[in-house]
Amino acid sequence: MTKKQKKSLIFILISAFLYGICQFIKFDSFGHYGYLIEAGCYFVPYIICGAGLLRKAFLNIFSGRVFDENFLMAVATIGAFSLSLIASHGDHGHAHSSAGEAAIVVILYRVGTFFESIATERSRRSIAELVDILPEYANVLRNGEMVTVDPDEIEIGEIILVKAGEKIPLDGKIVKGSSSLNTSALTGESHPLSVTVGDKVISGSINNEGVLEIEVEAEYCDSTVGKIVELIEEASEKKAKRESFITRFAAIYTPVVVGTAVILALLPPLLGAEGGFIEWIERSLSFLVSACPCALVISVPLAFFGGMGAASKRGILIKGAGYLEALSKMKVCLFDKTGTLTKGSFRVTAIHPEKISEAELLRIAATAECYSGHPISNSLIAAYGKTPDTKAENIMELPGAGLRADIDGNQVLVGNEKLMKLEKIDIHECAECHAHSLWGSTVHIAMNGEYMGHIVISDEIKEGAEKTVADLKAVGIRTVMMSGDNQKTAERVAIELSIDECYSNLLPDGKVKLAEKFLSEKENNEIVGFVGDGINDAPVLMRADIGISMGAMGSDAAIEAADIVIMDDNISKITLARKIAKRTLSIVTQNIVFFILVKAIVLTLSAFGYAPMWLAIFADVGVTIIEILNSTRAMRYKKH
Amino acid sequence: MKKVLKFSEIDCANCAAKVEKNISKLEGVKSARVVFLTGKIILEVEEACDIPALIKAVEREAKKVEPDCKITEK
Repeated sequence: MTKKQKKSLIFILISAFLYGICQFIKFDSFGHYGYLIEAGCYFVPYIICGAGLLRKAFLNIFSGRVFDENFLMAVATIGAFSLSLIASHGDHGHAHSSAGEAAIVVILYRVGTFFESIATERSRRSIAELVDILPEYANVLRNGEMVTVDPDEIEIGEIILVKAGEKIPLDGKIVKGSSSLNTSALTGESHPLSVTVGDKVISGSINNEGVLEIEVEAEYCDSTVGKIVELIEEASEKKAKRESFITRFAAIYTPVVVGTAVILALLPPLLGAEGGFIEWIERSLSFLVSACPCALVISVPLAFFGGMGAASKRGILIKGAGYLEALSKMKVCLFDKTGTLTKGSFRVTAIHPEKISEAELLRIAATAECYSGHPISNSLIAAYGKTPDTKAENIMELPGAGLRADIDGNQVLVGNEKLMKLEKIDIHECAECHAHSLWGSTVHIAMNGEYMGHIVISDEIKEGAEKTVADLKAVGIRTVMMSGDNQKTAERVAIELSIDECYSNLLPDGKVKLAEKFLSEKENNEIVGFVGDGINDAPVLMRADIGISMGAMGSDAAIEAADIVIMDDNISKITLARKIAKRTLSIVTQNIVFFILVKAIVLTLSAFGYAPMWLAIFADVGVTIIEILNSTRAMRYKKH
Repeated sequence: MKKVLKFSEIDCANCAAKVEKNISKLEGVKSARVVFLTGKIILEVEEACDIPALIKAVEREAKKVEPDCKITEK
C-alpha cells in the first residue's frame, strides 16, 4: 500500500465509524432543530471522506472541466445536504435519509476508489515483474580496474565483467571464461545454455557460474533487453480494433449520456412531472455518476497488456494489442520451411561424385560456398572440416539458384537444379539418391561446363512441428508451406507434416507474391499470418497481416521485422501464443458485455428514479474493480 | 525525436486518456501516448523542441485533468 492509500483507508475507517454512531442517535428527540444537529453530525464523516473530492471538483471548475466524477459527486452530495436543510421543515423522514445518504455516498465512493487504486497498483506491479529483466548496473573494466556503472554509460567495445548470478547487462561476445546461461527471462525456456569464448551472449540472460568477460557489441538502448522492455512497456503502438472501438464508443457515449442527463433534469419537471426539479436533478446526477466509462477505458488495455505479459513470460514477444487480436483471428498460416518447420541444421548425408573423388568434390563445393553464410554452405564447410586452402575468386551469387566462382582457374558452378538448367548443364536422376529416398537439398557441382556430381544435404523436421500443424488445422486454420527448395524436398516435408498446401521453388520475391496472393484472396475479417525465421524472409514478415519470427535470440532483423517474435526455436509456441490471444480476447469481450449490461440496467433504473446513489457508485467504481480483476486473469495464463 | 516522461498520481485511466488528448495538441509534439499502466508518457517531438519548456507544458495540461499529478523526466 502506498502512503496515499493508507491515508485513504484511515479516513474511510474513521468516517464509517462516525457514520455508524450517527445511525444510533435519535435526532427527533432534539426537538424542532433536530434536523440541523443531524445534518451537522453527518457532515463530519462526510467532510473527512469527501474533502479531497470537493477540492478536486473545485480545482476542476477553474480548468474548465465540469463533467468529471468529482464534480458530479460534489454536486450530488452538496445537493443532498441542502435538501436536508430545506425540505426538513415539512418532511422529517426525507431529511433523515438525505444528509445520511450524502455521507454514505462519499464513503462508498472513497471505498470504491480505494479498491480501484489497489487493483491498479497490483496490476502495475505484476507488469513491472513481467518486465523485470532490466539490469540495474554493469561492471566495466576501465584502466585495468573494475568499476560499477549504469549500463547506459557503457560504449561499444568496452569489456564488462559478469559474475555468477548476475544479469548480463548488454549484448556482446565472450572474450574470457565459459559458463552456462539462464535465458528463461527471455525465452521462457528453463534449459541452460552453455557458452564459451567467442560466443555471442544476449543481455537479460543470467550467468549461472564463473566470471565472464564480455566485449560489448551494442549500446544499452540497442541491446536485446532494452528493446524487449521498450516493446512491452510501450506496446500499444498498434491498438487493437477493440481498443479503437472503445475510443469511438466513448466519443459517442459521453455526449449522449450528458445530453440525456440534461434532458432528464429539465424536461420532466417542466412538463410537470411528479417530484419537481429536485427529484429530477437527483436522478440525473446518479445517471451521470453511473455512466462513467472508466471501467472500459482501463480494463481493456489492461487485459491486452496482461496477455502480452503472459506471452512474454513464455518467450513470445507481441508487439501490440492489435497483433494479439489478429492472432486470435488467424485463418491462414503460411510457414517458411527451412529454419521454421525444419531445424535448418543441414548435414551432408551423401556425396555422389562423377569423374573426381568424393573429397575433391567436397573441397570444390566448400571452397565456392566459403563466404555465402547460407545454412547449406555452412554444412558443406562443416563437412569439409577446415577452412579451404585455396580461395574462390569472382564469386557471383545467383539468389535462389546458387553461385558461380573461379577456383584454381576453373569456372565452377555450385547450386540447385535450376542453376544447372540455366547454365545448360546435363544432370541425370541419381538412382542412388532415389533408392535411399533421401529427402533434402541436392547441391549440384559443375566445372568448366561439365557435370561433376552432387552432394545431398538433409535437414530434420523440428520437434513439435507436426503437432503444431495438426493443432492449427484442428481449429480450422489453413496451413501453407512455402519453400525455396525443390518440389521433391518440399513435398516430402509437407506430406510428413500433413500440411494443407505446399509451394516450392520460390525465390524471396516469389514468397512475397505468394503471400500477396493469399492476402488478396482472403475475406475482410480474415487474417493471414506468416511464420519465418527472419533471415531472408523479412519482406514477407512485414507484408503478412501478422509476421511471426522464430529463433530471434540475438537476431535484430527478426525482432524488427516481425509483429510477434518467438525468442527460441520452439515452433509449438505458435499454438501457445494463439491460445493466450484467444483467452485475452474473450476476457476483453466479457468486460465489454458486462460493462454494457450493467450500465444499461443502472442507467435505465436511475432515469426512472429507482437507482439510489450507492447503486450509481457501484456502476461506476464497482464495475471498474470487477473488470480490473477480470483483466488481470489475462496475465496468469496456465496451461490447461 | 522520442522523449519519454514519467507521471505519477493520475488516478484513473479515463483521465490518462484525456491527458493524452490534451498534450497531443501541444506545440512541438507530433504524437503523444500516455500509457496508464506503466506510468509513461511517450512523446514524439520535433527536433528543435525546447524540452524543459515542453515538460512544463505537459505538466500544465496534466494538472488540468488531475490537479495532484506530477511529471518527471525519466
